[in-house]
Amino acid sequence: MNADLALARQFGLSEVEYGKVLAIQGRTPTLTELGIFSVMWSEHCSYKSSRVWLKQLPTKAPWVIHGPGENAGVIAIGDGLAAIFKMESHNHPSFIEPYQGAATGVGGILRDVFTMGARPIANLNALRLGDPKDPRTKGIVDGVVRGIGGYGNCVGVPTVGGEINFHPAYNGNPLVNAMTVGIARADRIFLSAAAGIGNPVVYVGSKTGRDGIHGATMASTEFGKDSEEKRPTVQVGDPFTEKLLIEACLELMETDAIVAIQDMGAAGLTSSSVEMAGKGGVGIALDLDQVPQREQNMSAYEMMLSESQERMLMVLRPDRQHVARAIFDKWELDFAVIGHITDTGRIVVRHNGKVEADIELAPLSDEAPLYHRPTIDTPKQSEIRAESVTAPCGTIEALRTLIACPDLCSRAFVWDQYDSTVGGQTVKRPGGADAAVVKIEGLRRALAMTTDCTPRYCQADAEAGGAQAVAEAWRNLTAVGALPLAVTDNMNFGNPEKPQIMGQFAGAIKGMAAACSALDFPIVSGNVSLYNETEGRAILPTPAIGAVGVLEDAAQAIGIALREGLSLVLIGETYGAIGQSLWLREIMGREEGAPPPVDLLAERRNGDFVRGQILAGRVIACHDVSDGGLLVAVAEMALGGNLGVKLSPAPISLAAHGYWFGEDQARYILGVDDPAQLQQDAAKAGVPAQIIGVAGGTDLSLSESETISVAELRGAHAAFFANWFDV
Amino acid sequence: MKAAIVVFPGTNRERDMALALTQSAGVAPKIMFHRETDLAGIDLVVLPGGFSHGDYLRSGAMAAQSPVMGAVRAFAARGGYVLGVCNGFQILTEAGLLPGALLRNASLRFLSRDCYLRVERTGTAYTSHWHQGDVFRAPMAHGDGNYFADDETLDRLESEGRVAFRYVDVEGTPDARANLNGSARNIAGIFSENLRVLGLMPHPEDLVDPLMGGIDGKPLFDSLVEVLAA
Repeated sequence: MNADLALARQFGLSEVEYGKVLAIQGRTPTLTELGIFSVMWSEHCSYKSSRVWLKQLPTKAPWVIHGPGENAGVIAIGDGLAAIFKMESHNHPSFIEPYQGAATGVGGILRDVFTMGARPIANLNALRLGDPKDPRTKGIVDGVVRGIGGYGNCVGVPTVGGEINFHPAYNGNPLVNAMTVGIARADRIFLSAAAGIGNPVVYVGSKTGRDGIHGATMASTEFGKDSEEKRPTVQVGDPFTEKLLIEACLELMETDAIVAIQDMGAAGLTSSSVEMAGKGGVGIALDLDQVPQREQNMSAYEMMLSESQERMLMVLRPDRQHVARAIFDKWELDFAVIGHITDTGRIVVRHNGKVEADIELAPLSDEAPLYHRPTIDTPKQSEIRAESVTAPCGTIEALRTLIACPDLCSRAFVWDQYDSTVGGQTVKRPGGADAAVVKIEGLRRALAMTTDCTPRYCQADAEAGGAQAVAEAWRNLTAVGALPLAVTDNMNFGNPEKPQIMGQFAGAIKGMAAACSALDFPIVSGNVSLYNETEGRAILPTPAIGAVGVLEDAAQAIGIALREGLSLVLIGETYGAIGQSLWLREIMGREEGAPPPVDLLAERRNGDFVRGQILAGRVIACHDVSDGGLLVAVAEMALGGNLGVKLSPAPISLAAHGYWFGEDQARYILGVDDPAQLQQDAAKAGVPAQIIGVAGGTDLSLSESETISVAELRGAHAAFFANWFDV
Repeated sequence: MKAAIVVFPGTNRERDMALALTQSAGVAPKIMFHRETDLAGIDLVVLPGGFSHGDYLRSGAMAAQSPVMGAVRAFAARGGYVLGVCNGFQILTEAGLLPGALLRNASLRFLSRDCYLRVERTGTAYTSHWHQGDVFRAPMAHGDGNYFADDETLDRLESEGRVAFRYVDVEGTPDARANLNGSARNIAGIFSENLRVLGLMPHPEDLVDPLMGGIDGKPLFDSLVEVLAA
C-alpha cells in the first residue's frame, strides 16, 4: 500500500500534517511510519488542540511529587507515602461496545497507576448517559455498568465512588470516565524515561492481536451514522491477566531490576516505545519478530498500532533480567526481550529482517502539531430570580418528583454491581458519605476521593461551571473531614475545530484554574477527550474532576446519615439561585438561566470552618448542598439515617422554591449535638450558620400540612432504576 | 494457630483474610502460592475470595485442579480445618470437598451489598462464638453465589446439621427477599461431615473492624482461634 496523502487523510492527518511527515522523513513514509505519525499526532495522543490551554492550570504545591506529564499524578500524603491517581475517558469505545469499552477503560487507568509503582486501592467512575427515554440508553447503561464491575471486581480493586447523570446531549455519545487511586512509597516511584544504551526493552503481559488498531485515531473523530461499524477498533479486556500483571509488576518493583516502565495504552507499542525513548533522550530499536502474538501473519503496521490490552513495556538492567523473567514466569505471563535502547535518537522497527520504520524521535514530538484554535465565548445567560417563577406544585410534591428523577434517584442498582469492600479498607462506601473514604492498610491514615462536575452549569457558563466542578469536589472531600490535596481532570468536549466548543474548553479551564488556585488544589494529571459529537451534535461540556484528600485518622471520617436528636445547621448563604437548577428543569421543564455564582472566598472560608468542626469531633453528619438544593440534601440525610426531620419554615424573604431548591454554592448541612456552640464558632469565623431543623421521627416535615414519610421518600427514591431494569 | 492462605492466580481477597486472621490470632498467616504443596505444621487452610483463573471456566473449576488442592484434600482427610470463602467456597465444591455447586446469581448480576446471615449451627470450630440463631451482617460480593444441590443432598445437609448459615432478613426470617442470590433453602454456607470444612459465600473477613462499619464477622475468627490455639 502506498502511504500517500489519501491514506494519510484516512489515518486522520491533515494535508499540512502530512507535509510535515514528508519533511521529517525526507521521503514518502512507509505504511508503518505513517501509522506511527498518525497516532502520535492524533488529538488523543498529542493534545494538539488543548495543550495551549492546559498550560494555564495550576499544577504545583509543596505536596506535589509529579504533576502532569507522567502516567499519573503523584502527591505526598504523609507517613512517607504517595497517592498516585488519574482519571481517563473511554467514551468513544463505550458507545460502540459498552461492556468492553467501559471494562478496558478501567483496565487502562489501573495500568497508568500501577506502572508508577502504586498498588491500586480504589476505583471511581463518572458516567454521563443519554436520555433514559432514548431506546439505546438502557443497553448502554447496562453494558457500561457490567463492564466496570466485571473488570474492577475481578482485579480486586474496590469501586467506591462516582457519579451518573443523564441528558439527551449524551444520546450518541455517553461519557465513561474512570479513575484509579493507588498508594506507593514516596521514594519508590517508577517513571517512564528510558536510559542505558544497550539495555533490554522487555514486553510483558498479554499477547498482541489485531484488536484496537487505530483506536486512538477513532477517539479523535466525530461519530457519524456508521459508528457501529467501528466496533473492530474497540479492544477486549482480560481483567484476570491484568490482576496477574499488577501482582507481577509490584513484585518486580520490590527489586532493583527496572530502569523505566510504561503501560501500552492508547497507540500501544508505538506510544510506549516512542515516549519512553523520547523522554530519556535516547533511541530505541525494536524487533517485532520477538513480540508475543496471538494472531498469525501480523504486519509491522498492525503490531505497532494494536491496542491489545494488559501489556507493559519495560527497560531493565541487563544483569537483573533473569530476576524479572522468573517473576513473570511465576505469574504465567509472557516475557519477551523485543529490543534495546540505542544512542541514535531514532526509533527503528524491524520485522522479518526488514526495516519497517525508521524515524528520528525529536521531531516526532517537537514538531507535533499544536493548534491555537479560534474560540467563541458562550453567551452569558441572564439570572433567573426565584420570585419571577410561579411554582406549579407544593414543596413536598416537588421534593417527591426531584428525589425520584434520574439524576437524583438512588444509584443502589449500580453500586450493588461493584465490589466496594474488597481489600477490607473501605471506611465509607458509595452513598454513605459525600466522598468515598479508603483507609491505608496498616495505618490510621485514609484517603477521601470523589468525582464531580455539573455539565448543565458548564453549558450555560463554561467558566462558572469549570470553577463549580472543582469547588464541588473540594467541598465533597471537606464534607467527610478530609483535607483536599489535588485534582485530576477529564476534559470531555465536542469538536475543537468549532470555535464555540473551543470557547467552552477555554472557559472551563479558566474557571478551573481560578478555583484550583483559590483552594490550593493543584491539577496533577488529566486526560482530554474531544470530538464527542455524533452527527454534528456535541455533548454538554463536561470537565469531570476527580479529587483526592487525606484524613490523618480514618476514624474522623463522617457520612451523611442522621441520627435521632441531631440539630441540622445550614452553613453558607442561601439566595435562591434557581437558574440551571434541577427544580427548574424537572418541575418547570426549563433548562435555562445563569448557573449559581461561585464565590471561591466563601467556598474556602465555609469549607475550612466545616472541616475544622468535623476534625474537632463536633459534627456527626455532614452533607454538601448541590444538585436539587437544600431540601433534597436534607432528604438524602434523612434517607441515610432512615430517620425523619422536622424543618423550620422557609424565611419569608425568599420564594419557597428558591429557598428549598435553589442551588447556591458553598453550602453544607451539618448534623450536630450542640448547635449553639457551632453557631458561636461560626460567628467567630465569619461563616453563616443557621439552625434549620432537628432529626427524629418517621416523617420529613416542613409544617403540619407539608410532610412526607421517610418510607414514601425511599420508595420514590428507589423507583427509577428498579422500574427501568425490572428488579 | 498456624493458618495458611492459598493464593491462586486471580485470588484477590487474601489481604482482607490475612488481616482478619491476624487480628484474632495475633500472628500473621502464611501466604502460600497455589503451586506449593507443603502443609506441614498448618492448623487451618483458607481458600479466600477472588476470581481464580479469571473464573473463565466455571468459578473455581481450574483452581480445584491446582497442585495445592491435592495437599488440601489430604489435609482435610486427616481432619484438618479448611475454610473457603466466596471463590474459596466455589473451589471447595469443585474439588469435591463440599457437596453442591454455586450457580449464577438468580438476578444474573454481580451482587455487592451487605446481607444478613443466621447462625444455623453453633458449637463448631467456626461458630462457637455465636449463639444458635444469632443474626449478623456480612458483605457479599459475587456473581456466582446461588447455592444448588439436589433435594436429597439438601435434606441430608439439614438433617446432619451441616447448614452453617442462612440468608435472612434483619429480623432473622429466611424469606425469599432476603435470599438475594436465589440459593436453595437460603443456604449461605455449609459444613463437611466432620464440621471441619466450611464454605460460605459472604465475607465475614471484611467486617472485623468498627472503622469499616462493624465487627459482625469477628466471631468466626475468634471461634477458630479458641479451638486451634489450644
